[in-house]
Amino acid sequence: MIQNPSPSTIDLSCNVAGIRSPNPFWLASAPPTNSGDQIMRAFDYGWGGAVWKTLGDPIINVSSRLGGLRWRNQPLMGLNNIELITDRSLETNLREIREVKKRYPNHAVVVSLMVESKREVWHDIVKKSQDTGADGLELNFGCPHGMSERGMGAAVGQVPEYACQITEWVKEAATIPVLVKLTPNVADIRYAARAATKGGADGLSLINTINSLIGVDLETLKVMPNVGGKSSHGGYCGPAVKPIALNMLSQIGADPETAHMPISGIGGIGTWQDAAEFLLLGAGGVQVCTAAMHYGYRIVEDMIEGLENYMRQKGWRTLADFKGKAVTQVEDWGNLDLNYKVVARIDPDTCIRCNLCHVACEDGAHQCIAPAAPQDDGRVLAPVVDETECVGCNLCALICPVDGCITMTEIDTGKAPETWREWQNRLAAGASPDDHPGMISGH
Amino acid sequence: MDGIQRNFQETMPPLSPDEALAEANRCLFCFDAPCIRACPTQIDIPSFIRKIATGNLRGSARVIMESNPLGATCARVCPVEALCEGGCVYNAQERPPIQIGRLQRHATDWLIDSGETTFAAGPDNGKSVACIGSGPSSLAAAVRLREWGYAVTLYEAKPRGGGLDTYGIVSFRLPVEISLAEVGLVERTGATFRYNTRVGTDITVGELLKRHDAVFVGVGLGQPASPGLPGEDLPGVRDTLPFIEETKSRPLDTLSVGRHVLVIGAGNSAIDAATAAGRLGAESVTIVYRRSKEEIPCYGFEFEFAKQEGVRFQWLAAPKRIVGSGKVEGLECVRTRLGEPDARGRRRPEEVPDSTFTIPADMVIKAVGQGPDNGFLSHLGLHLKGPDRLAADRETGATSHPRVFAGGDIVDGRDDATVVAVVAMGLRAAAGLDRSLGSPRGAGATVPAHPKTVIRRSVSR
Ligand SMILES: Cc1cc2nc3c(=O)[nH]c(=O)nc-3n(C[C@H](O)[C@H](O)[C@H](O)COP(=O)(O)OP(=O)(O)OC[C@H]3O[C@@H](n4cnc5c(N)ncnc54)[C@H](O)[C@@H]3O)c2cc1C
Ligand SMILES: Cc1cc2nc3c(=O)[nH]c(=O)nc-3n(C[C@H](O)[C@H](O)[C@H](O)COP(=O)(O)O)c2cc1C
Ligand code: SF4
Repeated sequence: MIQNPSPSTIDLSCNVAGIRSPNPFWLASAPPTNSGDQIMRAFDYGWGGAVWKTLGDPIINVSSRLGGLRWRNQPLMGLNNIELITDRSLETNLREIREVKKRYPNHAVVVSLMVESKREVWHDIVKKSQDTGADGLELNFGCPHGMSERGMGAAVGQVPEYACQITEWVKEAATIPVLVKLTPNVADIRYAARAATKGGADGLSLINTINSLIGVDLETLKVMPNVGGKSSHGGYCGPAVKPIALNMLSQIGADPETAHMPISGIGGIGTWQDAAEFLLLGAGGVQVCTAAMHYGYRIVEDMIEGLENYMRQKGWRTLADFKGKAVTQVEDWGNLDLNYKVVARIDPDTCIRCNLCHVACEDGAHQCIAPAAPQDDGRVLAPVVDETECVGCNLCALICPVDGCITMTEIDTGKAPETWREWQNRLAAGASPDDHPGMISGH
Repeated sequence: MDGIQRNFQETMPPLSPDEALAEANRCLFCFDAPCIRACPTQIDIPSFIRKIATGNLRGSARVIMESNPLGATCARVCPVEALCEGGCVYNAQERPPIQIGRLQRHATDWLIDSGETTFAAGPDNGKSVACIGSGPSSLAAAVRLREWGYAVTLYEAKPRGGGLDTYGIVSFRLPVEISLAEVGLVERTGATFRYNTRVGTDITVGELLKRHDAVFVGVGLGQPASPGLPGEDLPGVRDTLPFIEETKSRPLDTLSVGRHVLVIGAGNSAIDAATAAGRLGAESVTIVYRRSKEEIPCYGFEFEFAKQEGVRFQWLAAPKRIVGSGKVEGLECVRTRLGEPDARGRRRPEEVPDSTFTIPADMVIKAVGQGPDNGFLSHLGLHLKGPDRLAADRETGATSHPRVFAGGDIVDGRDDATVVAVVAMGLRAAAGLDRSLGSPRGAGATVPAHPKTVIRRSVSR
């Protein structure tokens, strides 16, 4: 009678470096994971796991701590913070971790750690942490503010030798999987990833927050967030950082030395679609901070259901069915086909004649969309694309306010595929520079 | 499609995918949102809207239909300005509220078009329930009972299900196909529909009580009330419901309508009758009302709609007699003025002496409300509330018979009855019935007995 299979036939269970959870949605180490009460409430809402707010020597925080980027009236497109690690005592945290683990044996409880760069100090906290029954450890080599001035966090993550060394110390004592959380505040994420891998990490978490200064209040001239008339650089996260995280994820996936590493993806995830992108680019699971700070734990319900519906629609039953499916597409630019061409096509029936595509192309691209000529009968026609001049940059389609009105359509250039690298080889072998691939137009 | 056909197509256009996305993204995703509290079925509105924003239309429809199994109908006919949209926090800023009704339609249309369902029957619990009538209250009860594993049979006098959703609300506000699609979703849960079966005539309630463990009465108010005027039997005098029913069940080009139509009454069904007459081709349609426009009982958006449709209003006129020889020729009225407020706070109309006048017309539609089928009521033999409503507990639907439950218009019907209110009653009665049969399943039923009402902040009239 009921035609649609029930979503329960979908299996969202997740395993990142041996840390298992009923679904791939974990809360990242941050205020939403400050305490046992919070985490148990989050599990009741449906979160599959949580990385405890980073443990270490308790610190003293400042007030205020956060700054937000509002864009076109959308609050928290980006979030900046100058908060440090946990300000609660180690004993309290450990006791609560034990309690949570006892009550939620099937959820992933991961303990985030950051202590002085001393072997015995690391050994000590690793032992205490795993004693609680926690499922894994996450080494916070990422915090870009405050802790780094004390030689911890990003100060470790930015120097591959330190990162490798500390990971080794941790692995000497650890009996549960160890994730290393990477800082994006480096020129090339691959060095940090390789160092953690070399040190014996079981998996990587990325990204932590990005160095940032959120802005200046134009009335008071105060730099935000304001702490008694002063401010400090902080860490940036939220929707705005997702593309940066995705890039780093794909770089690690493309690097032969780290391609095998299990990854917990973090950065700007707020919906099931965001999560699906991380999974397609190779993450085994994801972590969320800003979106949960913005809307509360309740958002996980739609993340779970939306992902299930998407998987059902695609015919996938488990995360393994699509994990990393998009990874191999990401290549060096030099390996892209210079003879592949798309052009913009405007659907005159759905076009609303806003001419935004015209002005964007005219001033910001390649001057190939003309407004339609005036008609004798007063009708206004859709703008017209000069397909021979169109370079297929996507700009018009990106800014068009009507969904599906401008499609980038593949056209046959009649030329066999040739990449820049292949062309360089051909040139080296004596080909004429005039016999180049691609479409270089007359002007 | 010719003109009349087009006139009976749905007036309100759907939101395009772009519009729906933009509107969904306006929603603030309030926590413990006032829009939810304003909905009699407590749909988790911010959740279903967020699911539209994330492209999870199936999930969006699920959230809606879970709380309100007639979500597609309600998306169209709910007086949203007085309910959910009246609660939206944007009103406080004098900004347009989220178009919740149209977003709900976006999601539920997706469900209907996809051919999917969000209802799933529970494992058979060995008990069986009869629903009398298949209007929205019975349909809602049936879905819930099927989910809890009851066998459900709906006995319906008419050839199709849906009650007034199918036969009573004009199709340019609620297309028949939408109502029937919702009936189809209920059929797909495995509920059995016995059409053309009038309880009391074709089968007795006693027989139903023998065959089933419990009975839900959701027969609505199908009998027209009469204004009690001389001349009501003249050809050309019609009752609202049969008149609208024709426009929903017969080819439109076979229907006749007067050139000059008068409608007696000014409630929501009067507006439906008047606008339907206009759309069928009447040259003039006039609503005759004893009070003034300040007291008009229909919803604000209905009044606006009628004005847009060119319906005229004869205020402060009390109909006295339908005149004509052999057919309707006019309506004799007396002018009124407004006196002291009555118990409901509306000023009482008083007749002005020597002010009789006649409005010429060749058709008069009586729209002074509906009553129950009294024959059926006495056949039931249950306690009544007032002269002609079934007495039933608001929270549980329980009646004076331990195995009979009731909900919908037959319990609470007034001219401002709403589909969403009777759906909530049907759901509550299902839970009450379930508890009375000792099943634990209904224990988690969450539809509250007394939904909070919301005071409209600004009246657009
Ligand atoms: C013209 C009009 C416009 C309306 N507009 C709106 C609107 O815009 N918005 C809104 O929310 N509400 C509107 N309503 C109100 C709404 O339609 C009703 O409140 C609602 O349909 C009542 O539902 P119900 O289940 O109680 O009964 P009904 O919908 O009346 O259904 C009762 C069913 O029981 C069947 N039945 C009756 N007696 C028997 C019997 N003895 N045996 C078997 N079957 C029987 C009937 O055939 C019918 O199918 C409108 C009503 C009318 C008349
Ligand atoms: C207020 C705040 C405090 C944070 N504290 C920590 C921390 O103690 N340890 C840590 O590893 N990451 C910390 N983070 C970083 C987050 O765990 C996460 O990596 C980052 O916010 C990116 O995810 P998002 O875009 O979902 O917010 C913090 C972030 C914020 C906003
Ligand atoms: S009250 Fe308005 S803004 Fe708030 S959740 Fe409801 S629809 Fe959205």
